[in-house]
Amino acid sequence: MNNQSDNVANLTIPQHPVEKCRDDFPALQQQVHDHPLVYLDSAASSQAPLAVIEKIAAYQSHDHANVHRGVHTLSHRATEAYEGARDLVRTFINAGSRNEIIYTGGTTESINLVAQSFCRPQLGRGDKILITHLEHHSNIVPWQLICEQTGAELLVAPINDAGEVDLESLYGHLESGVKILAIAQVSNALGTTNPLPEIIAKAHSHEVPVLVDGAQAVPHMPVDVRQLDCDFYAFSGHKMFGPTGIGILYGKEALLDAMPPYQGGGDMILEVCFDGTTYNDLPYKFEAGTPNISGAVGLGAAISYLQTIGMQTIAKYEHELLAYLTAQLGEVPDLRLIGTASDKASVQSFLLADIHPHDLGTILDHQGVAIRTGHHCAMPVMDFYGVPGTARASLALYNNRDDIDRLTAGLATAREIFG
Amino acid sequence: MNAEPHSQENLRDLYRELILDHARSPRHFGKLDGATHSAEGINPLCGDKLRIYFSIDTNGLIDDAKFEGSGCAISVASASLLTDTVIGMHTGDAIEFFSTLVARLAGQPNPGGAEESDLDLGKLKALEGVKEFPSRVKCATLAWHALHSAIRNESGPVSTE
Repeated sequence: MNNQSDNVANLTIPQHPVEKCRDDFPALQQQVHDHPLVYLDSAASSQAPLAVIEKIAAYQSHDHANVHRGVHTLSHRATEAYEGARDLVRTFINAGSRNEIIYTGGTTESINLVAQSFCRPQLGRGDKILITHLEHHSNIVPWQLICEQTGAELLVAPINDAGEVDLESLYGHLESGVKILAIAQVSNALGTTNPLPEIIAKAHSHEVPVLVDGAQAVPHMPVDVRQLDCDFYAFSGHKMFGPTGIGILYGKEALLDAMPPYQGGGDMILEVCFDGTTYNDLPYKFEAGTPNISGAVGLGAAISYLQTIGMQTIAKYEHELLAYLTAQLGEVPDLRLIGTASDKASVQSFLLADIHPHDLGTILDHQGVAIRTGHHCAMPVMDFYGVPGTARASLALYNNRDDIDRLTAGLATAREIFG
Repeated sequence: MNAEPHSQENLRDLYRELILDHARSPRHFGKLDGATHSAEGINPLCGDKLRIYFSIDTNGLIDDAKFEGSGCAISVASASLLTDTVIGMHTGDAIEFFSTLVARLAGQPNPGGAEESDLDLGKLKALEGVKEFPSRVKCATLAWHALHSAIRNESGPVSTE
């Protein structure tokens, strides 16, 4: 019955116009080493469509001034652009209030903010923080730092050979005085999609708040923070076709309200005197100093671009493309897939024979194919598989089957060179 | 018309037979018991991690050299060629090889602004294909930076970053 209704829903999702979409990205219209560029490294950083580039240029050309200050026309326009983008973010992830949308420098800063401002004041010796083995370094190191600062202990839920979090072990840890669970929605190294609705419900049944690292999810699937019921959700602009240096922290308003500021400075205050300072309201309490205004404007434009296509459409298209990628790589002799979870998004890591990933990366680059090689800022994952690094192809809405065929052809050349 | 594109020639030049041979069957591979000097080299970009060992006598002569660790074809071949080259060499000469090689691979023929070195690098010339691959120069020089550090007796791992 469920399957049937899924099929019906699928039929109503429009086809993704991928060829038209590719034309929107100037960076994809170039040759690299005499070959048309195939960009399979969007998990590290994605390319921006012309709509984003032009929106930033227009803002910088006509509307730039400082925000929330001054009565002149440009300051007013800049504030409207900056705050307008916040409203776009709120709608995009279905947050309840614009007060819950904090601009940051990126996912990393968002996680550090929660670690320092939400967790640190309530942590002491004997308290615990829970993460998983598949986290990116940015969802490991901020927690190690506050553990050092407070004497709290970091617990790590293991993964299995497919790259899936061992849920039984994760839930077992929830019973032992955990103050926060910090977990990726999609693993950047393995592509594993964690079953968040179930995990978050379970954590909440133990009164453990949950921070979600959504950096690898937001560009690829619909995200609804209220449906997830996560307490915090962090993501970056540059992985979702926006600019670098801008990111978002979503937090439930009651939690954000109770938290002290993360950094001090202008814009986060109501009144400053040497006897003490009154902090500004949400979301400004967490946005000290002149913010990345053009970054926010660019992020807003990226969201508008994604909404025009539709996240359901993108998710369905990429799901099929990932299946094709996995199948084609499976045909390559002596290729080992790393990360074979049953529920995955956009990423496939692999190793080819005994060729070091870095050599593979160079050979592919010289055929115009850009992939990531190395540890993907997830060294514990590499240790788990006993490899120094992997080659990783990651997909986005502008990739097509031809890109994947060029990748496998490039792998054949690598085999030839290495004999 | 039928020639390989320029980029393919560069690739063949980078992964020439001598390099692939040393990468597949590294010489002097393993731990050196009784080493007097050793240093670690780490390239965090691609995860190359090598430890290089020397046995150096009181006159500064390198009696023996070995290395262990893992890395890409270029870094392993370079370490293998290094050990092959410096065994039987005086440390002063090994340092001259280090600075000449590093300068040539970085496209700076005059190390330290000094007179151009006319040192014959011998089979180390096989590493010169890396000049067309700026992101790989670090791989080719990693073992050499470790040699420099070991001979100078510097503590702590050297990094190419």
